[in-house]
Amino acid sequence: MSKMPKWADTILIPLFSILLAFFFSGLVIFAIGKDPFNAIMVMIDGAFGSTGGLGYTLYYATNFIFTGLSVAVAYHAGLFNIGSEGQAMLGGLGVALVCLFIPFGHWTIALPVAVIGAALFGGLWALIPAYLQAKRGSHIVITTIMFNFIASALIGYLLTRVLKVPGAMSSETARFPESTHLPTFHEMLAPLGIMFNKNAPANLAFVVALVACVFFWWLIWRTRLGYQIRAYGQSESAAKYAGISPSRIIIITMMISGALAGLMAINNVMGEAERLIDNAVEGAGFIGIAVALMGRNHPVGIILASILFGFLYQGGAELALWEGIPRELVVVIQALVILFTGALDNMVRMPLERLFVALKRKEG
Amino acid sequence: MDYLTILQILDSTVRLATPLLLTCLAGLFSERAGIVDIGLEGKLLGAAFLAGAVAYVTGNIWLGTLAGIGASVLLSLLHGVASITFRGDQLISGVAINFLAAGLTVVIGQAWFKLGGRTPSLPREARFGDITLPFADQIADVPLIGPLYAELLSGHTALTYVALAAVPLSWWVLYRTRFGLRLRAVGENPGAVDTAGISVVKLRYQAILIAGVLCGLGGSFLASLAAGFVKDMSAGRGYIALAALIFAKWKPYPALGATLLFGLLEAIGNRYQSIKLGDITIPVQLMQALPYILTVVILAGFIGKAIPPRAGGQAYVKER
Repeated sequence: MSKMPKWADTILIPLFSILLAFFFSGLVIFAIGKDPFNAIMVMIDGAFGSTGGLGYTLYYATNFIFTGLSVAVAYHAGLFNIGSEGQAMLGGLGVALVCLFIPFGHWTIALPVAVIGAALFGGLWALIPAYLQAKRGSHIVITTIMFNFIASALIGYLLTRVLKVPGAMSSETARFPESTHLPTFHEMLAPLGIMFNKNAPANLAFVVALVACVFFWWLIWRTRLGYQIRAYGQSESAAKYAGISPSRIIIITMMISGALAGLMAINNVMGEAERLIDNAVEGAGFIGIAVALMGRNHPVGIILASILFGFLYQGGAELALWEGIPRELVVVIQALVILFTGALDNMVRMPLERLFVALKRKEG
Repeated sequence: MDYLTILQILDSTVRLATPLLLTCLAGLFSERAGIVDIGLEGKLLGAAFLAGAVAYVTGNIWLGTLAGIGASVLLSLLHGVASITFRGDQLISGVAINFLAAGLTVVIGQAWFKLGGRTPSLPREARFGDITLPFADQIADVPLIGPLYAELLSGHTALTYVALAAVPLSWWVLYRTRFGLRLRAVGENPGAVDTAGISVVKLRYQAILIAGVLCGLGGSFLASLAAGFVKDMSAGRGYIALAALIFAKWKPYPALGATLLFGLLEAIGNRYQSIKLGDITIPVQLMQALPYILTVVILAGFIGKAIPPRAGGQAYVKER
C-alpha cells in the first residue's frame, strides 16, 4: 500500500514543507523591502554566535520541547490539544504555589516537588475538557480553546487580587526564595571549565525536558498504555474491538498532555522569572502545535523542531533589534510551518508520491 | 441604575455585538457546509488591518471595507485550498490562518506605516458615521419610548444595521432557498449531495466565500470603531463568535441572541471594573471569562445539547 519508502515519509516530506515555509517567509521579508539573506545571517549570528545567544535559543527550545511533547502525545491518540497554552499557565501556578508556600532547603528538593506541582496543575486543567470529550462528546478542540481563555482570566484574577505582593505595582507574585533557584547553564558548566554566558536564561530545565523526551518515547513505544494510545489514535473502532476503553484513553492521554505542558513552568517560571508573571507562557503552547507537526510527533523530531523554533525566536529578537523587522515575523514563519507541514501536507505529499511511483515503475 | 444608564449599556451592547454577530454568521455558513472554521479570528484581524490601512490612505471607509473583505476572502480561500482542495485538516488550517493574520498584519503594518504595527488613526471622515433613524430627534423627548428609540435603536453605523438585517436574510437563504438546502445537506451528508449530481467542492467554496465576506464586514467595523488598526485588535472576538455559534446551536436567530448576550457581558465589563452584589464582588476577569464558561457548559450538554453539523471537520473524498 505504501507508495513511498519510509525515509521519504519521515524526512523528505517535512524537509520539503519546511523549505516551502522558509521560501515564503523569505518572500515576506523581501516584500517589506529587506534582504532575506542578510536577515538569516543576522538571525544565525544572534542565535548561535555567542553563548549568550545560544543560552536564549536553548531556553526557548526548552519551552517548546515541553509544549511540543504535550501536543504530540494527544495527537498519538488522535486528539488535537489546542489547550497547551492554558495548561502551561496553570503549570506556572502550580510551580508558584509550591515555591512560595513550601519551604525548601535546596533546589534538589524543590525541583521534584515543583515538577509534581506543575504536572498536577497542568494535568488537572486538561481533565475537564478530557472528561467532556470522553463522556459528553463535546469537541476537545473547542473546549480547550475556551479553557485557554478561562485560564488566562483565572491567572489574571489571581495575580491582581490574590497572589500579588501588597503595595506592589505590577501584577505578579513575590520572588521565589533563593533556595528554589535552579542552576543556569553558567553555573552548571563553570565547574567543568566551560564558560557560558552568565545572563543567558538556559537552565537545568533543559535537562528535565530531555528526560521528558525519553519518558515520552518509553511511554508511547514501550508500554502497554502507549500501545493503547496509538491504537485508539489509529482507529477508534478497532481499539474498542480490542477491549480498549475510549474514555479511559482520552482522559489519561489528555492529562499526560496537560502535565507535559504544565512542566514548561519549570523552565519559564522556576528557572527564568523566579516568580509568576502575567502572560508568562507567551504563546509557547501554540508553538507546540507547529513543533509537534514538524517533529512528526517523535521526541527526536520534537527536539530538532524546538531548537529550530528557539533559533527563530532568539534570531527574531535580534532581527527586531538590528533590522527593524518586527518579532511578529516569527509568528508568520510559525503559521507557514503549521500550514505546510500540517494543513497542506497533501499538497507536498501527492507530487512526491507520484514521483516515487514513477521511479518504481522505471525500475520494474 | 437609572433608565438612561441601562439604555447606554444596551446601546454599547449592540455596538459590541455587531462584529460578533457578523463573525458568528460567517461561521454559521462555513460550518453548516461542513467546514469547521477556527480561522474566524484571523480573518477578522486581517480584515480589520486592511480596512484600517486602506481607509486611512484613501480617506474612505467604504473602500476600506472593500479591502477588508478582500483580505478576509483571501484567507478564506487559503482555508479552502488547504481543507477542501487538498483535504487537509480543517482545524490545523484554521490555526495556521490565525497565526498568519496575527503575524502578517504587524509585519506589513510596520513596513507601511512605521508605527509598530498600528495604522495611523482614522479621521472622522474615514470612519463609519452614525445613522440617525427618521424622527429620532423629534421623539427623543417622549417618555420611555423616545430615549429607547433615539439612544438604543437609532445612531448606529451602517454595518450594525447590515448585521441585523443579515440575520433574517441568513435564515431565509438557509431555510427557504434551494442553495440553502444544499448547503445544509453538504454539511450533514456530502455523499448524498454528490449522488444528486451537485458539486460538494463548489458548494463548500461558496460557503466559505460568504463567510469571508461576513468576516470582512466584521473586521472593517472593528477598524472603524477603534479608529484604526492596532496589533491583535480582534482580541479573541473570533473565538467568542465561535462560542456564540455553538451557543446558538448553528442557527441564525439564536446567533443574534447569543452575540447580544456576549456583547452585553462585554459592555458591562467595560463599564464596571467590578460589580458588587451585596457582600460578593464579581471580578472583571469573571465577566471576561463568562462567554467561554457558558460555552463549555452548553457544550457539556447540561443546558440543552449542541449538536454540530454531522460532516463538520471531514474532508469529502469522492468515491471512484
